[in-house]
Amino acid sequence: MALLDVNDLSVRFATQDGDIHAVNGVSLSLEAGDTLGIVGESGSGKSQLSFALLGLLAKNGTATGSVTFEGREILNAPEKVLNTYRARKIAMVFQDPMTSLNPYMRISDQMAEVLMHHEGLTKSDAIARSAQMLDAVKIPDAQNRVRLYPHEFSGGMRQRVMIAMSLLCKPQLLIADEPTTALDVTVQAQIMTLLAELQKEFGMATILITHDLGVVAGFCERAMVMYGGRIMERSPVEPLFAQPTHPYTRGLIAAIPRVDQGHEALHAIPGNPPNMTGAPVGCPFAPRCDFAGDDCRRDMPPLERFATERDRACHRPIDLIAPLEVPA
Amino acid sequence: MTTPLLDVKDLRVTFEIHRDGDLPWAAPRKLRAVNGVDFSLLAGKTLGIVGESGCGKSTLARALIRMLPATGQVNWQGETDLLQLTARQMLKYRADIQMIFQDPLASLNPRMTVGDIIAEPLRTHRPTMGGKERRARVKAAMERVGLLSNQVNRYPHEFSGGQCQRIGIARALIVEPKLLICDEPVSALDVSIQAQVINLLDDLRRDLGLTIVFIAHDLSVVKHISDEVMVLYLGKMMERAPSDELFAHPQHPYTQALLSAVPVPDPQIERGKVVIPLDGELPSPMNPPSGCVFRTRCPRAQALCAETVPEPTAGPHSYACHFPGAVTQEEIAAPV
Repeated sequence: MALLDVNDLSVRFATQDGDIHAVNGVSLSLEAGDTLGIVGESGSGKSQLSFALLGLLAKNGTATGSVTFEGREILNAPEKVLNTYRARKIAMVFQDPMTSLNPYMRISDQMAEVLMHHEGLTKSDAIARSAQMLDAVKIPDAQNRVRLYPHEFSGGMRQRVMIAMSLLCKPQLLIADEPTTALDVTVQAQIMTLLAELQKEFGMATILITHDLGVVAGFCERAMVMYGGRIMERSPVEPLFAQPTHPYTRGLIAAIPRVDQGHEALHAIPGNPPNMTGAPVGCPFAPRCDFAGDDCRRDMPPLERFATERDRACHRPIDLIAPLEVPA
Repeated sequence: MTTPLLDVKDLRVTFEIHRDGDLPWAAPRKLRAVNGVDFSLLAGKTLGIVGESGCGKSTLARALIRMLPATGQVNWQGETDLLQLTARQMLKYRADIQMIFQDPLASLNPRMTVGDIIAEPLRTHRPTMGGKERRARVKAAMERVGLLSNQVNRYPHEFSGGQCQRIGIARALIVEPKLLICDEPVSALDVSIQAQVINLLDDLRRDLGLTIVFIAHDLSVVKHISDEVMVLYLGKMMERAPSDELFAHPQHPYTQALLSAVPVPDPQIERGKVVIPLDGELPSPMNPPSGCVFRTRCPRAQALCAETVPEPTAGPHSYACHFPGAVTQEEIAAPV
């Protein structure tokens, strides 16, 4: 039995301009200890997908489908049930550490709250455990600094606090939503190294949500590329980067300037991000795709297995179409 | 030798700050955001300025166009020191130096139509121009940056982030500037859109002979677009070199650490690479370390680094370091 099973998950938001279809029929499964990267640009639905798992959608959002954790259905479960999963089994690290910490509370109080609520510890025990956890995420002088307020930490240190807080109850699944986007590259490197060490040490499954393919290349075993609320391609990372077969994946990789290569013109993907209002018709990437035909605009291609552990949703994948249409 | 378009000497920007808890009559503390930076830029070239948050790169850009008070010299075409001009005299040069900002939506007035936004610099700098010509120019500028000219009456919120950045570029280009200062122009954009805007800037530079100062925290983007790159840390220049040279043979330990931290979208390289760890925190710019400002986090720092400020070396590849050269495996492993 998989740790996490997501089946045909869709997320919609009701707005004045009509329904926004943020996530459309996404399925995935995760074993204990897996590291999965979810890659996508703004509006690809990658964050809403993870919010839906934990029942954190905004008030106008509804999720349909099924999410089972250790075989139990948790999608749209009552708050009381969800609270037995949150922090204890599934924890989350958010993008902006300043807005996710309460500026009025000492770090010690914020962290102790988690342990007192979920594990019934006394306050002094909880603070001691919190300090240990700050030490585990390599915050120097953790015993004293646990009493500080969030503003007394730098951005990188605050993100370490967030990671420490998420690990307090030793969750089986950690969802990190753009954990390093707000940080400088040298700090990002520190945080990703730390996350990789902790992931091995605690053996938790990790979902890393990011727009940065470089971060995914370093951290994840498998990656899932999303566009317009749908999965475009899913694969172990090595073949995904070496031989991307979905036109969107290939476009995304070719659009990244790299420090380790010369500077030839970047392959920009023409066009604009998709409009998510209204029911989706056809492949969301079709308007920007070089290979799109009438079938792409009409029918969404199903997600199909095409090689060992690799799935894609495309009518005209590059490996089938490239020899015919693309000059070498 | 040709006269550089822009020649900056000993540029300094100092903020005076009164902190909570200071006595009212206490002298304000000095925060040296830009602390003696020199560079020169030939016409038609692109200078990339990189550094992490707080290194003074945006302050530097704002000082160049006098959005902030600065000392030193900013010599324009070898004749005029922009920092010595009165506001009225400066106006003449403002059309020659235009700026593109980071947040594309925030830098456009939400209550003006796109056409009015793009035409505004013309109203200021070419007040005698007739409405007909102005409209024609706006249309041409929009088409030049890849916008449809029939969108002229729309408002900024109707455009995506990438399109808003194109509007910002059109607004900057309409007065035919010689120098374009781009402050993190693509960092708010998605990867696929970012590539569109970078390619657009590249084309414009080639076609219009623009000189560009390109400020970014993303080294891969800077490498892609720049002829020359300058690395800043705590308001000081650490290293400056032609782009290929800097990325192939970085001399300053900070440049090397910065480069090693950039994620590469290739699992084999990314997993095999060695990141030079920077321990500790960025020191407070109110109270920077003595000597070399980077010494507190440098794997190679010695007593000399705390005593003497390293002077930048002469020549096209310049670095301010007492002990330059490639960082070795032993230095990476050794605790600082």
